[in-house]
Amino acid sequence: MRSTATNDATHTPHVLELFAAFLLIGATSFGGGVIAHLRSSLVVKHRWTDDETFVEMLTISQTLPGLKAVNLAMLLGDRLRGTLGAVVAVAGICLPGAALMYAVGVMYHIERDRRLVVAALEGVAPAAVGLILATTVSLGRKSFARLDDFVFVALTVICINRLHVPMPRVLIGVGLLAVAWYAFLGREGGKGSGGPQRD
Amino acid sequence: MIDDVLALGRVFAYLSLITLGGGIAAYPELNNLAVDAHGWLTAAQLDYLFGVGQAAPGPNLVSVAIGAATAGLPGALVVLIAFVGPPALLAFVVGRTWARLRTRRWVVSLQRALTPVSIGLLLAGCLSFAKGAITGWMTFTLAAIVFLVVLRTRVNPALMLLAGAAAGILAFAVA
Repeated sequence: MRSTATNDATHTPHVLELFAAFLLIGATSFGGGVIAHLRSSLVVKHRWTDDETFVEMLTISQTLPGLKAVNLAMLLGDRLRGTLGAVVAVAGICLPGAALMYAVGVMYHIERDRRLVVAALEGVAPAAVGLILATTVSLGRKSFARLDDFVFVALTVICINRLHVPMPRVLIGVGLLAVAWYAFLGREGGKGSGGPQRD
Repeated sequence: MIDDVLALGRVFAYLSLITLGGGIAAYPELNNLAVDAHGWLTAAQLDYLFGVGQAAPGPNLVSVAIGAATAGLPGALVVLIAFVGPPALLAFVVGRTWARLRTRRWVVSLQRALTPVSIGLLLAGCLSFAKGAITGWMTFTLAAIVFLVVLRTRVNPALMLLAGAAAGILAFAVA
């Protein structure tokens, strides 16, 4: 792996900028796929971080309990602006949705216009699928480029979607397999571990 | 009322820590506790609220709606803190520890190994979401168009979802 010194090239946001960015994501990321919005804002638009760091934080947030988007906001907020950054990131991403769900909870017995909402959701859902898939491809570009990485990606998908193995077991099982494989490659004399493909 | 608020806090703090791999992972236990054990709402209501939470912006905070429906604003606030707080705190501590250890050899190789698994989890979530969302050639085309546009351009993702909502209303409600 190359050193991550390239991170210094990305500029550090002000706490208020950070809060505004996460608040905007929290308010506009309807229909699922908060991860896609986070990457689009933080990596593509603001360039506060890069795909490599984003994937690293995503991996940690998926390994821990809790909602992925909240964990990711916590980790990225902390990485970008320390403790205060973490707090404003989590607050920003949660508040709009929380306010909306509060309103929904207070009037959940009202049945009016549900048909229109359902129709809109029928269109939002496939759009969200396209969005999440595109983000997965962007984030996984490196993993899809190497055969052994790709095999571990595929193995994870098969275990979850086909064999319906519980997620923590997949994480540990495939994770350990991958650890063993890369340790084996490293011992082979680095012929496999020498080619981190980067674009 | 105060009993309800306390019970809400307890239940959602517990649920927050068993939510591993997305909100849907804790759904069966949420159903057990909120519907069967406490009777805060019916299974059908939970199903509807969960769908709304999934569609609402940000992380799925169906928990807040349940808190609000059961005990108003105090319920909603307690639930928000109980559900978001514990895992967020854990993520903070783990993130700091990770940052301190990230140059260690075993951490580097652990990260190297877990990255494809993490991408796989993202893909798996996307595929199971697609199973319910892609219902025919129309929804498939919509997903494909959004996929290509997002991959090729820097368009704001919210615009693509709005376009999807408009297409949905045109296709399913008007027709």
